[in-house]
Amino acid sequence: MAWAFSLPAILLLFVFLLIPFLMAIGLSFSDQRLVPNPNLATQFVGLRNFVRIFADETFYRAVLNNFLFVIIVVPVQTALALLLAIFVNQKLKAVNVFRTIYFSPVVVTMVVVAVIWTFLYNPGEGLINKFVATITFGLLGPYDWLNNPNLAFPAIMLLSIWQGVGFQMIIYLAGLQDIPVYLYEAGQIDGANKFQQFLHITFPMLRNTTIFVVLATTILAFRLFTQVWVMQGPSGHPQGSTITMIVYAVNQGFKQGKIGYASAITVVFFIIVLLVSILQRVFIREERTVN
Amino acid sequence: MSATSMQHPEITASPYSTGYKIRQGVRVGFNYLLMTLLSIFFLFPIVFMLVSSIKNNETQVLMDMSTLYAFVPRGEIGAQNYYDVFAQMPFERFMFNSVFIVGMMVIFGLMINSLIAYALARLRFKGRALLLAIVIALIIIPLEAVAVPLLLLVNRFGWLESYHVQIIPFMADALSIFLFYQFFIGLPRELEEAALVDGASLFRIYWNIILPLSRPVFATVAILQFLTHWGDFLWPLMVTRGEEYRPLPVAMQQFFSQDPKVWGDIMAFAAMITIPVLIVFLLFQKWFVQSVATTGVKG
Repeated sequence: MAWAFSLPAILLLFVFLLIPFLMAIGLSFSDQRLVPNPNLATQFVGLRNFVRIFADETFYRAVLNNFLFVIIVVPVQTALALLLAIFVNQKLKAVNVFRTIYFSPVVVTMVVVAVIWTFLYNPGEGLINKFVATITFGLLGPYDWLNNPNLAFPAIMLLSIWQGVGFQMIIYLAGLQDIPVYLYEAGQIDGANKFQQFLHITFPMLRNTTIFVVLATTILAFRLFTQVWVMQGPSGHPQGSTITMIVYAVNQGFKQGKIGYASAITVVFFIIVLLVSILQRVFIREERTVN
Repeated sequence: MSATSMQHPEITASPYSTGYKIRQGVRVGFNYLLMTLLSIFFLFPIVFMLVSSIKNNETQVLMDMSTLYAFVPRGEIGAQNYYDVFAQMPFERFMFNSVFIVGMMVIFGLMINSLIAYALARLRFKGRALLLAIVIALIIIPLEAVAVPLLLLVNRFGWLESYHVQIIPFMADALSIFLFYQFFIGLPRELEEAALVDGASLFRIYWNIILPLSRPVFATVAILQFLTHWGDFLWPLMVTRGEEYRPLPVAMQQFFSQDPKVWGDIMAFAAMITIPVLIVFLLFQKWFVQSVATTGVKG
């Protein structure tokens, strides 16, 4: 009976996740095309795709961008989420309204987010340029945000943080509400100020929440695709400055038809994601034993 | 609880002293100010979209885009941009496609994933531990890593250009199974045991006892799946060509990439994707927030 209950899910996961995953590995050793050439059968090409990948500058750029995105977005987004959670965890009137407001970008679909921000980033007369000019008294700007190779990727980071941070905030909020009040009372009796309370009570008590938030955000950040594809197209315009591993893989496999090469990229992508999450876990374990 | 205020509350005199009250008032006022500034950051793109979408005159939209007028409905106000969207494409078709695809995915997903989670959490059978380990391991494989071979696979099934190609591959979901599993192992066993003594079948127990007790986790999984898949872009982009089976995000992107760009119409399209979800979110705000919070409990 247990197997009857499990069968539908097992079957679906097997056919639509495990098999494609194994196929990706298999295809990465072949020269499979999206539209097969009837005169040229698909062949096993050994490590050729991987050799090519490691000589491919665009691929390096994609990997670099992925890491840049993770290194900047994950800490910023996590810190901002914690700050917001602390704000909306106060016993103040209207705090629910603020919770709702901070969470609302999460329900806006990423394609829509990308489109709105494209308009906001309008070169010259766009709202963001106007804002930058106003707060710097006309010193900075206007910029062509999405066409400037130095600015395009940071611009995409900003809207990604805007859209995603509410989700993390709610998880932190749940973590904050799990902290027993008596810890703060004890802290106050010991003469800890608010900042010391945060450092010695709140932050340590949020350890597990932080681990979860950082892990989840990191993996999501590596999957960066939709924003770039909608705003900058398959090549990671301008001059490949916004290309990511997934954008490059879909471009190669789907647009260029090089399934074998695209599969090799996704295999490397998966290995990187796996390594990063294992590293994070090992690092976290060690800290646990120290505590 | 605020990290922004760093006074020493223990040094202050009686909470009834004027000094204390003033400090409290300033602290609260400062908090509200900061929270309001942050609200502007989170709301301005959404308000910008909604306001632009009801400005009928495209020149007005462009003229206002660099000033605070971008947030003020002025000039010719109306639903013309919305009519324009319907006139240019079968928007209602895309809306139906999205609702149908995501609805089916969520409903079947709830059944399939909760059933296997029930078996894993409550039944003893050979291979249970291994199966659980495999399911948890599968959480790490992102769709993006298998999208290309999955495309070849469904192509071999002859599934392109259809609803089921967008539904069936994503009904089973390892993370959902894990969330159900975690909830089910926390349920007390007594009720089931009584039912077993009464000779109820396992499916009956699942359906009549476990399911009614598990509404929160069902809501959680449903909401998370809905939020994820309502915005699905990569897969539908790969498997649909024509308008018949195209969901909203892909339709939006194709509309957006056409030139010349009419921003009023684009914003109307964007608003029509966003408003239904915003309304549902505002209505079920509490559930939304709770459900997102429970995903963090895994620690």
